[in-house]
Amino acid sequence: MNNPPDISQDPKEYEEYAHGIQKHVRGYLMVGALLLTFTAVTVALSYVDFGTRKANIGIAMLVATLKAGAVAAVFMHLAAEKRLIYRILIFTGFFVLGLFWLIFLAWYDYPVFH
Amino acid sequence: MEIPYTISTRPDTGLWNAKVGIWLFLASEVMLFGGLFSAYIFLRLDAPPGIWPHGLLNVPVGTMNTAILILSSVTVVLAWASLKMRRYRAYWWYMLATISCGVIFLVVKLAYEWPQKFDHFGAYIKPEALGKYEQYLGNEYAAAKGLPPRLEITGHLHNRAALNDPKIKEYEVALDPLNAEPTNPAMDRPHFFPLPVTDKIATIEKEDVERATMFLPTHSAYFASYFTITGLHGMHVLGGVLVFIYMWLPVSKKLYQRNPEHLANRVEVSGLFWHFVDLIWIFVFPLFYLL
Repeated sequence: MNNPPDISQDPKEYEEYAHGIQKHVRGYLMVGALLLTFTAVTVALSYVDFGTRKANIGIAMLVATLKAGAVAAVFMHLAAEKRLIYRILIFTGFFVLGLFWLIFLAWYDYPVFH
Repeated sequence: MEIPYTISTRPDTGLWNAKVGIWLFLASEVMLFGGLFSAYIFLRLDAPPGIWPHGLLNVPVGTMNTAILILSSVTVVLAWASLKMRRYRAYWWYMLATISCGVIFLVVKLAYEWPQKFDHFGAYIKPEALGKYEQYLGNEYAAAKGLPPRLEITGHLHNRAALNDPKIKEYEVALDPLNAEPTNPAMDRPHFFPLPVTDKIATIEKEDVERATMFLPTHSAYFASYFTITGLHGMHVLGGVLVFIYMWLPVSKKLYQRNPEHLANRVEVSGLFWHFVDLIWIFVFPLFYLL
């Protein structure tokens, strides 16, 4: 979904502009409804036994990532943003993955935990 | 001196400056919460079987708070869209709804959920004394059914003085349903609606207890990470609410009358922060309440 265009100073064009924003508003409402539905799905899935706890955690995190993706893409306008923002986020993603990788490395330090 | 590029975009970045600023800030926030989440993962993966508690938080209340935050994310983006359409009245109402959602979230967390935990008690039994409390733990039943071992007895502590008074040699605990009926299959998994504490009282001798506390950060790695992450998240909610209150007050109407696009941009950056707070909660909720 693209971001709403900048407002026109021309009153004739304003009606068209407001109509364009209204379309985005409908999108925001739909994403809000989707997020509420997925919250109910997350709760329901947590009471289903997928065999192992790891499987349950994996599925819950997958649903959470989908929800977070919808918030980021639509509410935070990341679906269509300027290149500089993406550059900042690529660096962030790189470092946060590095942070989680440290956990993975530390896992091998203590055989007692396995 | 006028601050440049608060409304118009900078030619080289194609963005107004506050937007770049808030994204750099959010990038640092990702690292802040990333550090805490990675600590959580480490502690959780390392927890021996039976140590990481399940079903201690109120799932319906957590679900309601999740829905409230999602709703507030919708209302803040609608507030911004209203400003873009130059509908100040609608903006004012949507902002009020957002502020109300934030306040309700904080009240539920600080006045209901946290105090309820502070009022609950848990005693981890020493490994050599587990057999003595088998009637409350049901470890033979749990082992037969392939459930994790039960090492803790929880409930309401009747003699609170026992926590600090070394002369009192035992804890009197009104048991949680799991410890009252440990071999009841209905207790194998946490319930969606939490069951109330029972009337059944257990006497636990202090010398049999490895550690005993109320449900405070000192109780376990679980509650330490729960209070740290939800506490930091709550501070973000509070910060967002305060900023939104400022933007809702008459002082912001003056800015709107001077330059509506300036206020719309302010609402957009604070909205980005608010969505991020919602995004963090999307992960906090299943990790602490459900799994």
